Amino acid sequence: MVPLSYYLVLSAILFACGVTGFLIKRNIISIFMSIELMLNGVNLSFVAFAAQWHNLSGQVFVFFVMVVAAAEAAVGLAIIIAVFRTRETLNIDQVNLLKL
Amino acid sequence: MTENLHLWILPLLPLAGAAINGLLGNRFSRNLVATVALTFSGTAFAWALWVASRFTSLETLPHVETVATWLRSGDFHVDYAFSLDQLSLVMLLVVTGVGFLIHIYSVGYMWEEGGFYRFFSYLNLFMFFMLTLVLASNYLFLFVGWEGVGLASYLLIGFYFTRDSAASAGKKAFIVNRIGDFGFLIALFLIIQHFGSMDFGKVFDLVKPLPAETSGAGFLTAIALLLMVGACGKSAQIPLYVWLPDAMEGPTPVSALIHAATMVTAGVYMVARSHVIFEHAPSAMMVVAIIGTLTAFFAATIGIAQTDIKKVLAYSTVSQLGYMFLACGVGAFSAGIFHLMTHAFFKGLLFLAAGSVIHAVGGEQDMRKMGGLWKKIPWTWITMLIATCAIAGIPGLSGFFSKDEILWRAYQASWAYWLAGVFTAFMTSFYMFRLMFLTFAGDHRGAAGASHGHEEHAGHGTHLGRDESSREEAPASHGHGHGHGGIHESPWVMLGPLVVLALLSIAGGWIGANRFERFLAPATGTVGASSEQSAPTTEPASLPQVPAEEHGNEHLMTGISVAAALLGLGLAYLLYSAKPGLPDRIADALHALYTAVANKYWVDEMYATLFVKPLIGISTLVFWRGVDQTIIDGTLNGGAAGARELSDEVRHMESGNLRSYAGWIAIGAACVVAYMVWVGTK
Amino acid sequence: MLHLVLFSVFGLICVAGAVNLLVQKHPINSALSLVVVMASLAVEYLLLGAEFVAAVQVIVYAGAIMVLFVFVIMLLNAGEEEHTTGSTVAWLLGIPGLLTGAIFVAWADLRYSGGTQVAIGALPGHPKDLAQLLFHEFLLPFEVTSILVLIAIMGAVVLAARPEAVQESKREG
Repeated sequence: MVPLSYYLVLSAILFACGVTGFLIKRNIISIFMSIELMLNGVNLSFVAFAAQWHNLSGQVFVFFVMVVAAAEAAVGLAIIIAVFRTRETLNIDQVNLLKL
Repeated sequence: MTENLHLWILPLLPLAGAAINGLLGNRFSRNLVATVALTFSGTAFAWALWVASRFTSLETLPHVETVATWLRSGDFHVDYAFSLDQLSLVMLLVVTGVGFLIHIYSVGYMWEEGGFYRFFSYLNLFMFFMLTLVLASNYLFLFVGWEGVGLASYLLIGFYFTRDSAASAGKKAFIVNRIGDFGFLIALFLIIQHFGSMDFGKVFDLVKPLPAETSGAGFLTAIALLLMVGACGKSAQIPLYVWLPDAMEGPTPVSALIHAATMVTAGVYMVARSHVIFEHAPSAMMVVAIIGTLTAFFAATIGIAQTDIKKVLAYSTVSQLGYMFLACGVGAFSAGIFHLMTHAFFKGLLFLAAGSVIHAVGGEQDMRKMGGLWKKIPWTWITMLIATCAIAGIPGLSGFFSKDEILWRAYQASWAYWLAGVFTAFMTSFYMFRLMFLTFAGDHRGAAGASHGHEEHAGHGTHLGRDESSREEAPASHGHGHGHGGIHESPWVMLGPLVVLALLSIAGGWIGANRFERFLAPATGTVGASSEQSAPTTEPASLPQVPAEEHGNEHLMTGISVAAALLGLGLAYLLYSAKPGLPDRIADALHALYTAVANKYWVDEMYATLFVKPLIGISTLVFWRGVDQTIIDGTLNGGAAGARELSDEVRHMESGNLRSYAGWIAIGAACVVAYMVWVGTK
Repeated sequence: MLHLVLFSVFGLICVAGAVNLLVQKHPINSALSLVVVMASLAVEYLLLGAEFVAAVQVIVYAGAIMVLFVFVIMLLNAGEEEHTTGSTVAWLLGIPGLLTGAIFVAWADLRYSGGTQVAIGALPGHPKDLAQLLFHEFLLPFEVTSILVLIAIMGAVVLAARPEAVQESKREG
């Protein structure tokens, strides 16, 4: 018997790591992977709550999150490829043409 | 069943004329414009005559025709309503009759001018407003006409708007009028407050049972004094008379119609109409009488030294209006209206004839440059002579009857009024005959004429009087520099009205003051305070029962005033015909007094220093620089500048650097989540 | 007891993998750490009784998405990260704010969740029940996400295609 809050704290830690990675990483693909890490953290949270309330909807939600994550990963990586072709770099600090 | 006279048609006819001429006139030929203007004003006159003919068959007086409700607020309502009683009938006939004659005259006078259609449009517009004023059945509707005639006056004074002096004169007229209107408006507010209605009938019915305010400090006195302020503005009494001499910048028919016969008399009409209120406020009546007397005297003294023919007539108008207010102030309202009527005839004639003279000499208005015209323009001379005799009070002519009645009633109130009035009559006669002698008698001193021994007279004349003539000297500014070569009589379209008015100046007074008073009594008869019964009947309860000895006194007074008139005539003959060098010697001897009078007692300059300059100074410094530029512009510009600076700072957020975007998102999300959790833990 | 031990062990592996992801300089190392995280998360799901989700996690996430990541890394020949000047905001505001937020959430969590306990294998994980739910209450989201995936596929193809290839296919087609 593990207190629910432990799961939630773990989820929070994973999420925090994800955001940190998003902020400090310079490689675009690494940033993307941090996003995936965030999503995973959230998934854990969903399942934990589903277990607490004995309600399967939480799991179903996890499916949807995964589907969306997959779609997003596909499209995002395609964009990264396109950006790489034009900018010849994977460093996010050099993708800065939109500044005012 | 009282028949419907369709009074509303009377103002609307000239309004239609004004609209047609105003909107379409610049495409019309002069003939068409004149036809339109004359048709509408003539039809109005004909309708007025018809109304007069039906007058005796009216059952109830005043005869009120309500067209529609204008305002309604709870119990208070104001209607578009016209009322007809003896007083408005007299005014109606004067306005439409004299107005129509002046329209005819103007066709000839203005024929060569630019803006022909505009002139007639404005003139008809004036008729519309004036008719609204005299036919109105409540104070607010009267005020509409009041303001409207002020507007028409402004438009017509500034008719030659390309001239600075004309434009300024128009502004001066309107602004000074406005000062009077301020008092008038406050009076209207007080009337609403105390009586809850603006309708003449209702207000007067409510005032009649009230006791007279002999202590002089009640609200009726306040209302009466404020109404008088409005009348001072419109009818050019002290202290608001300064616009009338300047108004001579307008074309002469305008001076005749508006500033002699009709608009300036609106104040007198209004006071006569409100006689119920005035009679309940004796101290206000005294103020009215004093103002009238002072103005009459004061203006006559100025008129003596003027050299411009129209200015003499302008000051004469101010003076005669003073007489009318004197009459109202001593309770002789019908005498005041009688003088109003005869004054319309002879002053209108004087101005029109002056216009004819100016037309004849090619635009010259300085009397020192005229002279010897009586042979060349006989019709003008004869009609003008008749009018001069009328205004001087020569027995038998209309002015004699009306002025005499005023002086007699003034004497009954106080010998001081009477004395001032007689002296003013002397001065009136003097300066009017001076005008006649300078203009018509002797040899011609102008550019077109020869100059004999009067050359030196003309030379001295340049230091006589002010240099207002220097403004009027350019003939083209009056548009009469058409150089017809020589002095010539005016065409019959101009002379016809002169003849008609001359006949009226002779015969207009024969009705006699007593019969006139009996006719007007239901409208202007004295209504006593609550101590007397006050039903308005056709039999006046107030005609003074004149005992025999008073008749004797009256004849004595009449004799004295006639003597004064003849004395003035004699003095004018002496100074300007027999011994032409004498005026200069007198002027040199009385140098200080003469300079004061010739400079119009520096009243305009005093007003400029006391009121105009400080006001302009305050407006510039406080309102323009202070409020408008600093505060309002400052706020707006400051706001705009602030927005720009703020966005300049904020735009640094959009740096193109994705990681900083991410940072902002992270912290924002953290705040939101923390908040949600915090709410959840409560 | 066993539950707690298993939870802690695999939790620690999760966190270690996550931290490793942050620390590594080469993206391929980060990708592989992420796979480790996902695998341990799958075990956590199992501990909670969500077997189906655990399986799907391994198949879809670790098996498909991460493979995609690795493919792209190899395709683009991503090298080690260079050190470039980043964003001030991210360092100054983002990380402290984030850490504060996370700690606050965790604290609130531990304090207020009232010690609810979850048993091992607490969820009724029968796939049949799951399918019932999916195709009845959640039918609409299900259909919509399928369309979403379709669009994602098309988008990915369009975005990632080489411009020359597009021209050729146009000419040929």
